[in-house]
Amino acid sequence: MNRAQHIVPSGIVFAVGCWVAWISYTQQPAEAFLFPRLIATVFVVLAAWTFGKAVLGLSKVGAGVSRSMIINLTPGLLVALIYVFWAAKALGFYTATAAAFFILLSLYDPAPHSEVWTWIRRGIITGVFVAVMYGLFALLLNVYTPREILF
Amino acid sequence: MEFIYYFGDVFSPLSFLLLLGGTIGGLILGATPGLSPTMAVALLIPFTFQLEAVQGLILLGAAYTSTVAGGAVSAILLKIPGAPANIATTLDGHTMAKQGQGAKALQLSFLASAVGGIFGVLLLIFLTPVLAQWALAFGPSHLFWLAILGVTVIGSLDSASVVKGLLSGCIGLWLATIGFDDIMGAQRFIFHPALGGGINIIAALIGLFAIPQVLTMFAKGRRTAGAEVIEVQKHSILAAMRELFRRPRALSIGTLTGSIIGLIPGVGGQIAGLVAYDQTKKFSADKDKFGKGHSEGVIAAESANNAMVGPSLVPLLTLSIPGSPTAAVLLGGLLIHGIFPGSDLFDNHPDVAWTFINSMLIGQVLMCLFGLYVAGLAARVAQVPQSVMAAIVLALSVFGAYSVQSSMGDVYVMACLGIGMFFLERFGFSAAPLVLGLILGPIAEANFIQGGMIADATVGKASYFLTGGLNMFLIAVVLASIAYSVWMELRARRHTTKEEAMA
Repeated sequence: MNRAQHIVPSGIVFAVGCWVAWISYTQQPAEAFLFPRLIATVFVVLAAWTFGKAVLGLSKVGAGVSRSMIINLTPGLLVALIYVFWAAKALGFYTATAAAFFILLSLYDPAPHSEVWTWIRRGIITGVFVAVMYGLFALLLNVYTPREILF
Repeated sequence: MEFIYYFGDVFSPLSFLLLLGGTIGGLILGATPGLSPTMAVALLIPFTFQLEAVQGLILLGAAYTSTVAGGAVSAILLKIPGAPANIATTLDGHTMAKQGQGAKALQLSFLASAVGGIFGVLLLIFLTPVLAQWALAFGPSHLFWLAILGVTVIGSLDSASVVKGLLSGCIGLWLATIGFDDIMGAQRFIFHPALGGGINIIAALIGLFAIPQVLTMFAKGRRTAGAEVIEVQKHSILAAMRELFRRPRALSIGTLTGSIIGLIPGVGGQIAGLVAYDQTKKFSADKDKFGKGHSEGVIAAESANNAMVGPSLVPLLTLSIPGSPTAAVLLGGLLIHGIFPGSDLFDNHPDVAWTFINSMLIGQVLMCLFGLYVAGLAARVAQVPQSVMAAIVLALSVFGAYSVQSSMGDVYVMACLGIGMFFLERFGFSAAPLVLGLILGPIAEANFIQGGMIADATVGKASYFLTGGLNMFLIAVVLASIAYSVWMELRARRHTTKEEAMA
């Protein structure tokens, strides 16, 4: 794994640590930030150590992120992000869940896309799953989820 | 012997039904690779909101116990450990299955799990009340150091890199400070309206444990499980019991190792199973048979990883310090019902405490009884394509996080923490210390502030927090755990360098 891969996450963590320390030591009332100051001090020291090691190329722990992994992950991650941050609220939980579930199944199911039966099976699995979720959350647990434009 | 009075409560219809459902469901979930016990328990928490505290805990406890045991099914029949705790089981269990002794391996694994598990829960029953009374002597400074100890022990022992483990703990402690300060009412680190009320523990737990698993499954792409379920032949359960008790050394080493390791915060079932396997091999007359389908290997590994379950709850129920990530999730389950562990739990809610602990004892027996029958089904469920599992877990995470407070903010927090954790894990950071930091942060801060007030009125902060026998002992344990981990890391690195040089 190349050095740059370690520098990015440890750099972000170091930046967050510095921001936490800055806020902790500058915001008022000071009494409310006593504990955060304690944490922030240790946070910055450890983050600086990690960042320094990454810059020097001494960071060895972790499998890192490979190109093939990113290629596999990206479509699923995008669907998940759209589902969580937009569709669940805009379309309603059950509609969004059905759509996201079906798309994810289609994207990652190893069964061939060329067979009609595969698509029917995916549709059936999606329908059964959403029905179970509705039964569990709406009927059993009485959780009122956003229904919005659809269901 | 107070626990005996509450045995009947486990058999009330709903409680027993939940125990049964949690056990069978846990066995199936445990057999599914990628669904760890911690994640299974975290995803179950939203289902306990409508239940009484004790019923909710029975469900969570049953799931915890049986997911650990259920992991042996896929370890034996598919050569894929259901959870890290079952890695050692794969070594001999799968070879036995390939030799046509799959049923025997499964029977031995469930019987050994039950023996180890019952011993572990008995240890929990007899140690907990004593330690809970002892915990009354703890003042704010001791509780502060205990909370720090919980984070540092897991941070240093559970991570591949000590510094990154401790840094993960720090991130968790910082996340716990987000929101309004309890004493001054000041806003702290609220950079988005969704964080106004702080980070919800349950949503965070779901995000930190479930979402990285979902993304890991996505990252594998369109791939089949690639493992075939080995068909099991019939085998007499009595013969398996005779075999188990013909191997008392493996059973006792596994049970004792698991129990002791369970008591140490931060050291998980994976280590318990591997250490027990290694020790049994060392003391066995048939060293050569290990790894080639020897029943002692399965007995040692499975008795150890289940013996660990009960003792891992001792620090949680007595000192509010979860000893493992799963115990941290159980603490979340307790807190949402307004119950705080420690002596308060045994003094004011003995029905909850003892019924829960008793249910774990009975759960071990149920797990053994049903495990043998559910194994075949569980192995088939384990073959479900990862795409289906990933989509199910994602949807359950979204619904689960939302149902905590009916807030989309919690869903966003869950998703952000989960995605962040996935990438951090790829670079050696660890979710366990982060979660413990998040859970123990408020305990550490409350006692730090309270202790600070006492110190200002008496001997001063430095004397109050750094002197006294118990304070110094706890500080010494914190430093020792870090030093030990650093030493182990340096030793491992030296070995690697030597091997590289030899190559």
